[in-house]
Amino acid sequence: MASSCVRVVGSILGKCANCSAIISPVTLQLFRQVCMSSALHRKNLAAAGPEQFTAEFVKKQIDEFEVGKRHLANMMGEDPENFSQEDIDRSIAYLFPSGLFEKKARPLMKHPDEIFPKQRAVQWGADGRPFHFLFYTGKQSYYFLMHELYGKLLNVEKHQDRLRAKGLFSSDANSMSLGMSRWFTKEELEVSLVETISTHDLMERLLSMPYCSLEQQFILQYRRQLEAQSMHQIVQPLQQDEKGVAYSSAEGLRKTSRSSVVLRDCGSGRVTVNGQDCHHYFSVLQDREQLMFPLQFMGVLGRFDLKCTVSGGGRSSQAGALRLAISRALLSFLSEKEGEAMRQAGLLTPDPRVRERKKPGQEGARRKYTWKKR
Amino acid sequence: MAFRALTKGLFGLRHSRGVTVKYSCDGHFATAASIQSPQPQTDDVKEKILQLPLKSPDYFRVSELFSLKDLFNARVHLGHKQGCRHRLMEPYLYGCRLDQDIIDLDQTMEHLQLALNFTAHIAYRGGVILFVSRRRQFCHLVETTAKECGEYAHTRYWQGGLLTNANIQYSPGVRLPDLIVFLSTLNNVFQQHVALRDAAKMNIPTVGVVDSNCNPSLVTYPIPGNDDTPVAVELYCRLFKMTINRAKDKRRQMELLHGLFTPTPSSS
Repeated sequence: MASSCVRVVGSILGKCANCSAIISPVTLQLFRQVCMSSALHRKNLAAAGPEQFTAEFVKKQIDEFEVGKRHLANMMGEDPENFSQEDIDRSIAYLFPSGLFEKKARPLMKHPDEIFPKQRAVQWGADGRPFHFLFYTGKQSYYFLMHELYGKLLNVEKHQDRLRAKGLFSSDANSMSLGMSRWFTKEELEVSLVETISTHDLMERLLSMPYCSLEQQFILQYRRQLEAQSMHQIVQPLQQDEKGVAYSSAEGLRKTSRSSVVLRDCGSGRVTVNGQDCHHYFSVLQDREQLMFPLQFMGVLGRFDLKCTVSGGGRSSQAGALRLAISRALLSFLSEKEGEAMRQAGLLTPDPRVRERKKPGQEGARRKYTWKKR
Repeated sequence: MAFRALTKGLFGLRHSRGVTVKYSCDGHFATAASIQSPQPQTDDVKEKILQLPLKSPDYFRVSELFSLKDLFNARVHLGHKQGCRHRLMEPYLYGCRLDQDIIDLDQTMEHLQLALNFTAHIAYRGGVILFVSRRRQFCHLVETTAKECGEYAHTRYWQGGLLTNANIQYSPGVRLPDLIVFLSTLNNVFQQHVALRDAAKMNIPTVGVVDSNCNPSLVTYPIPGNDDTPVAVELYCRLFKMTINRAKDKRRQMELLHGLFTPTPSSS
């Protein structure tokens, strides 16, 4: 019997001090094969939470990545030392071309730190005492942020009280100018704290106090700069041709039409489209009205000479493209206020509407097939 | 030895900060008790360091930190109204004036001395102390106090299994607190804080400020006193901070003192 063999082996080796180290490999061979039912293998995968990767595993992945990067550089015939991430992406796209629409489904080769989510390192020292004083709350970074925030609030209030005592308090003193930035979204905050959070509004209260610029740096830490949304119109400068006539040119678009317009300040009021007269090209009154509208709006109908070129799209979209181009060209002849009036009228906004694609299972973009009850 | 019969936290403490003992491979030693480590001096020194404070009743002199006058000025004696009174708090009350319960400050003095002494001993032995309070007014104060002592605080929403399900709430192998100090035993809905019951389940001693509407039965070292007035809470925070710092300084002092004599068996 296996058990009696174990006992015999145990007694022989029992005299030796380091018995535990030697018994295990021997006894492993003597144990019978025990078959386990599949029920024991079934684990509650959802309860385990997101997959945890050990630090050694990630380190190994990083080493493999570095080696693979050098191999890839050699394969592409490039310098292994200066092989950047863009070069890697380019090479992978070349070696493994993929027609998949979903960008995340395509083959990728990135640094493991970007792929594996950030883990929490061990949070306590050798004696078991945790490092962070809010460790036992469970969400130490989030509550630490709350604690700090409240501390800053008290600080600002104390400063205000001191000023009030001296009589120097003014309620409209330099509030922070936040400019082009927005608060971190909840997801971004969760990523930065590596914790889940629920909503809170202490930041708004801090911002509502007039002297909050004291804590400017702290607040700015939690705002993300928006990309410069400069929707300012780039006013084309007035150019002079050889006769001394001022002209300006601009481009416009609408649906798939592209147009380009040259506006000359001669005072004739002639309109040429693609070499033809505008009445020839646009036989419909509506299209000609679209062309003339910017000039009529500013009251400069007879002053300018238009030379237009347009391609693509249909009748109406070409007219719309030309209208936008004329408005943009007109900006350089007008003052700021008049330009602002044009913007308010909607003449300078490119129309974003394009044709919506047809979807499968439907007859058109929106129209569904006839629904039959039975 | 007597101190081994104390809480399991202290037992764990002893092992965690114990020196790695090498067992010799000779078959000479018959019983486990007679196995001597190769460095008997360090073990002895540690024993001495741990035993010394237990010899006198108020080794850390915590009774010097406060007086009855201080407690009175901090309005510790003011309880809640008669209607809010808890039955089990009646022994601690001095009386009732104009419908408001007055807490007996003599009893408070004794209980406070016992509680501070116990906290000091825990801090001396390097125990983990957790400050708990669910009052939003004092949340920042309690957290700052904990930070300045080098201990821990929890003044937020108490998630269910923080003590009882610790291996899953935190990582496996976490060390639980050795003492929980309640600056207010009630939560925001005027019910007993869950941590009291959980600490009792996990054999963690508790020190708590019990007001006249609280249930003192589960608290190991209750301190009958006011938990609502800012002055009173600031006083408690100050007292706890001073005791813990005092105890830790004493420990460092003792280790330095005995550390000088580690190789030779010391008699100091």
